[in-house]
Amino acid sequence: MKNDTIIELRAVTKSFGNVNAVDGISFGVRPGEVVGLIGDNGAGKSTLIKILSGVHQPDSGQILVRGQAVRGWNAAKSRASGIETVYQDRALAPQQTITRNIFMGREIKNRFGVIKVKQQYAEANRLMRDIGFTSKVFDPDSPVATLSGGERQGVAIARALYFDADLIVLDEPTTALSLVETAKVFGFVDNVRARGRSIIFIGHNIYHVYDIADRFVVLDRGQVVMKESKAHIASAEVLIKHMQEIAQLAHVDES
Amino acid sequence: MTASLTTKPKAREEVSPLVKWARSNRRAITSTLFLIVMLIGFTAANSDVFTQFKTYRSVMIVLPVSIFVVVPLVFVVTAGEIDLSFPSVVGLASFAFVKIVDVGGDPLVGIAAALLVGALLGWLNALLVVRIGLSALVATLGMNFFLRGLINILVEGFSMAIPEIRNSPIHTLLTDDTFTVVGNLGVPNQMLWALAFTALGVFLYNRHTFGVRVHCVGDNPESAAEMGIDVDRTRTQVFIFTGIGAALAGVFSVMINFVWWPTTGDGLLLPVLAGLFVGGTPTWGGIGTVFGGMIGTSIVAFIETGVIAAGLTGFFTQFFYGLIIILSLIFQRFNGRRVR
Repeated sequence: MKNDTIIELRAVTKSFGNVNAVDGISFGVRPGEVVGLIGDNGAGKSTLIKILSGVHQPDSGQILVRGQAVRGWNAAKSRASGIETVYQDRALAPQQTITRNIFMGREIKNRFGVIKVKQQYAEANRLMRDIGFTSKVFDPDSPVATLSGGERQGVAIARALYFDADLIVLDEPTTALSLVETAKVFGFVDNVRARGRSIIFIGHNIYHVYDIADRFVVLDRGQVVMKESKAHIASAEVLIKHMQEIAQLAHVDES
Repeated sequence: MTASLTTKPKAREEVSPLVKWARSNRRAITSTLFLIVMLIGFTAANSDVFTQFKTYRSVMIVLPVSIFVVVPLVFVVTAGEIDLSFPSVVGLASFAFVKIVDVGGDPLVGIAAALLVGALLGWLNALLVVRIGLSALVATLGMNFFLRGLINILVEGFSMAIPEIRNSPIHTLLTDDTFTVVGNLGVPNQMLWALAFTALGVFLYNRHTFGVRVHCVGDNPESAAEMGIDVDRTRTQVFIFTGIGAALAGVFSVMINFVWWPTTGDGLLLPVLAGLFVGGTPTWGGIGTVFGGMIGTSIVAFIETGVIAAGLTGFFTQFFYGLIIILSLIFQRFNGRRVR
């Protein structure tokens, strides 16, 4: 089999009581691509994220990491596989410095627990430059609260990169952000992609997802209803039209 | 595509290391300036008293007891918790110390026993708050009454004196004046120990994994847990640390007075809490200042001396406590609201 996917889901299901939140989903992510995961409320996006991050175990189906099936999938295995999830609202401690946020829980320290402040500072500086912060503008010692919404996403992404994430799952990173801030997040995502890392970009705003993703996976009621690369979709409007058709089909099913 | 949307960030001026230092320590700097201004005011009111070393020395005799408690309390409040049980922990831990010395035990064994009692009581607080999930405010207030009641039941109102400790080397080490300043008067050793404890606290708070995790847990517990910090463990540690600080305060209190009373520690509740907040640690968690906490308790300690020296009667003390606490909080207010 092909060995070039970071992670691949095969016919993964997850149900809660009678609700099949994820109902046989298959898709994979290759290195250096941005996959846009879209779908209406209740389509199964958040359950899928929780499966990817190991919070939920799938009821059936397979998870393959770099071509190898993994048994007993959990949060530790997800992280060990190089998957980091950035949740929109609970990622950062706003009163702490950028450095402290990047190294939260995994500080650079000696065996007595004393933090190597200079090394963390230098490393934070490097990471911020890597993803597109200009070092002159931001000091790793600034509190996160002084950053804008888009820049905060950048800090969370920098943190994921520090832990050598091959795949960063961004949960609604541009929701509630202005145009300028969204552009900043896109800049960070571009830099991550340029470094050969991958991103799953989850969003409600199809224009945003269309702009940044290389490939789209559309979910509806727990199933993948469309997988298409950007080359085959002329514009965000076309994508929206597809999605509207899917939604209408769903209504026909129900009636 | 995305390139068209990308904007150039506005350049910000590089700030000097001094400005950076002042920015990140502004709460401690504010309280230090407040202490200096207050002392200048007292000196203006009574230059005879406030230009004499012995005035400062008299404050430095008992101030250390408060400092040993306020340092770990800064960690507790930063972690988003509160511990109101420390007055009784001071009392019970120092009872263990005085009891062992009284029956002829080695004072070092007594200190070890006091530290053990303090740590155990801190762990008990953590059990109630972290494991059982009670409100820290109510649970530790309850513990304060409960432990004081326990003391009263144990000793039935009797105090204990250990004058023999005066000649022991440990007493010399902890509470004599090793470094004299004027005549035979010097800085009491307990003040030096308290300053050393503050320095240790500052180091742990800012440079050690423990302190950094305390900050993260108090700031955003969900995010801390998400990043693999054991939030419950960190919270438990701050309560145990407070128990240990309270035990040290108790040992020093007895060493200074040679007497243990059933009320030992009781008077600390309000001055220490006031000092903590006056020092610049806000109530909401996530940030704080250990050095500021030490300064805050010094502000509170000097109020009484200042009021009396200024020629006012003791009736004014509480009035000025309140006034100065509110004034200094207004000063701290300029250091910002909670940011999210």
